[in-house]
Amino acid sequence: MDWGLIFENGLKAGVGDFAAVFALAAIGLNVHFGYTGLLNFGQVGFMAVGAYGIAVAVTYLGTSLWLGLLVGLAASVVLALLLGLPTLRLRADYLAIVTIAASEIVRLMVRSVSLREYTGGSSGLTQFADDFYAINPFAPGRYGISPITFTERQTWLLLVAWLAVAIAAAMVFVLMRSPWGRVLKSIREDEDAARSLGKNVYWYKMQSLLFGGVLGSIAGFVLAISTQSVQPDTFSPDLTFFAYVVLILGGTARVLGPVVGAMIFWMLLSATDNLLRQAVRQEYIPTAIMDGVQVGQVRFMLVGLALMALMAYRPQGIFGDRREIELDVRR
Amino acid sequence: MVGVSILLATPVAAQAGDEAEGVRGTIVDDDDEPVQGVEITVSHADGETVGTATTGADGVFELEVPGPGDYTATIDVDTLGDLTLRNPDRATLEFPVREGQERTLLFPLGEGDRVVGGTLGRVLQLLVEGIKFGLIIAMAAVGLSLIFGTTGLINFAHGEMVTFGALAGWYVNVNLGLHLIPATAVAVLAGGLAGTALDRGLWRPLRRRGTGLIALLVISIGLGLLVRYVFLYQFGGNTRPFAQYAVQRAVDLGPIAIAPKDIISIALSLVVLAGVGVALLRTRAGKAMRAVADNPDLAASSGIDVDRVILLVWFFGGALAAFGGVLLGLTEQVSWQMGVQLLLLMFAGVILGGLGTAFGALVGSFVVGLFIQLSTLVVAPELKNVGALAILILILLVRPQGLLGQPERLG
Repeated sequence: MDWGLIFENGLKAGVGDFAAVFALAAIGLNVHFGYTGLLNFGQVGFMAVGAYGIAVAVTYLGTSLWLGLLVGLAASVVLALLLGLPTLRLRADYLAIVTIAASEIVRLMVRSVSLREYTGGSSGLTQFADDFYAINPFAPGRYGISPITFTERQTWLLLVAWLAVAIAAAMVFVLMRSPWGRVLKSIREDEDAARSLGKNVYWYKMQSLLFGGVLGSIAGFVLAISTQSVQPDTFSPDLTFFAYVVLILGGTARVLGPVVGAMIFWMLLSATDNLLRQAVRQEYIPTAIMDGVQVGQVRFMLVGLALMALMAYRPQGIFGDRREIELDVRR
Repeated sequence: MVGVSILLATPVAAQAGDEAEGVRGTIVDDDDEPVQGVEITVSHADGETVGTATTGADGVFELEVPGPGDYTATIDVDTLGDLTLRNPDRATLEFPVREGQERTLLFPLGEGDRVVGGTLGRVLQLLVEGIKFGLIIAMAAVGLSLIFGTTGLINFAHGEMVTFGALAGWYVNVNLGLHLIPATAVAVLAGGLAGTALDRGLWRPLRRRGTGLIALLVISIGLGLLVRYVFLYQFGGNTRPFAQYAVQRAVDLGPIAIAPKDIISIALSLVVLAGVGVALLRTRAGKAMRAVADNPDLAASSGIDVDRVILLVWFFGGALAAFGGVLLGLTEQVSWQMGVQLLLLMFAGVILGGLGTAFGALVGSFVVGLFIQLSTLVVAPELKNVGALAILILILLVRPQGLLGQPERLG
């Protein structure tokens, strides 16, 4: 067992691109679920329109990546409006079903043959983020504290991605201390009370959906630019569930909850993955019980189990406050 | 007209070692004309998608795979246009790829037995398929709706109950060698017992602790994820047929062609669902279920043992979902994610009919099944589920209580 390698890879994953992507997606979910009480299970839909926004703009429209970012943001705003208009009056549990259905509609649409000309069908699109890497200020080489080092491309991406996370977290911090944020929290606690104070609950929910959705699409940007590809089946509902684990693990309705949650989540996933892979390779675990292919599936089981256990035993996560997450559909 | 098309194997010299592993082939129709735009998805044996290849103007598809190993390739039948596979059950191939090998895949094509008899014939054909599919959704969705009605839980793991039934049936049928009919009985019983165990072991303790409904919903999502990947771990990523009735020749019934197993499937579904309806209306247990779904507190105060009723609901919900799973496996073969693919359609049906009502779930699911099949008359088949999900959203906009539900405030 190479414990050093396991530790090293774990740390790398904890500050890696996926941790940043899920931190952003979970900050968005935190605005929806943590602060407003909207049970959005379609966050992956926002990530998908963000990622496809830049991919389609660059590949099909031939614009620069920067214009593509605007297209992606606009697409996420449109999705939030389309989704919010009919559904925000619904009870939380209905909203969960509708949002998950909406994210599946997005996925099925972008993978459909009829839109293949624009979205690349089920194989998706690749190589659209060259603009981003072209302005890389880092000279070729490896950066970081040995042994946790990244190539200049990774370093540039990670710098921008974590900067985006920091800005998003700062915005949430400021907004949730503003009168606007207090209205959102009051909607979470008691919608009728907020309404009776003359607040337009519906419109506030819509703003919350827009804000969190835009953050989701930024997560989609980072994912698309990091891998230089978009593929429709990446954006399956499982991704939303991962983001929920990240959010609940770190602590719902806490500004840094999703950020810390994302780091810990990817550290743990990478560590268990590496541990199992080594155990299988060195035959501590007989092949009859687990082979190399099955290791990848264990990750999903662990995520499912973590979601159940967290929700049952510690719904406030590591840093959360239990009083802030006691929402319910039937009062 | 019965034409025969064969996907021609293009021999490829594979130099061991210095070439990347991959798959390729050419798809031509019966006039030897290449077919463009056919999609072939290649996956690892564990179900992880490697990628999708699309045939170009010359009918050739090619895809690199990451290395030697076991793979599956599925041809997207919807992209074949008017062509059909000679054997519809061979849409997915399992094959190993050796080191440095460029593997050639064969998907024999041939016009199906289906007679295209004008628009009316097509409508009737889709109508029958819609009825079959709608009944399967209904079978699985009754439990979903009753569980919500009695406990308030939106069970996102209900799709896994469907898969469980199909997998249990498959194991008994193929691994233990029991004929499919008794195997189905075993699967249905296993499904019921699994439902009971879930209620006793998980949901009832959580209810007792006073866990909120939103927390329960999230837990059911986690459970679904966990169980789904346990299925994948155990069963593998392949789609597999039952030992019996996998391939059947369709018989002509007037303008439509239908396989005998589909007739049996429709008839059995009708009998079972009628039985469920009668049981709900006439038996003590059925009346108690409806009473608890209507108002748990009132039911409890009139002497109904609510916990026992909920246990019964879980048993019958699990059993019906398992039966639906076996029937679905009969049509589409058995796979680890067949249930989760049905889940949103079940939700669509249940919400269309009215969440929490048993009869609403029946009617709504039936309508959704019909709608999905008939919508292929106007939209591409690959988008048929999009239509059903859009209907789900529209219904909530116009009549959130569903067709048979009582109006109540949902905001």
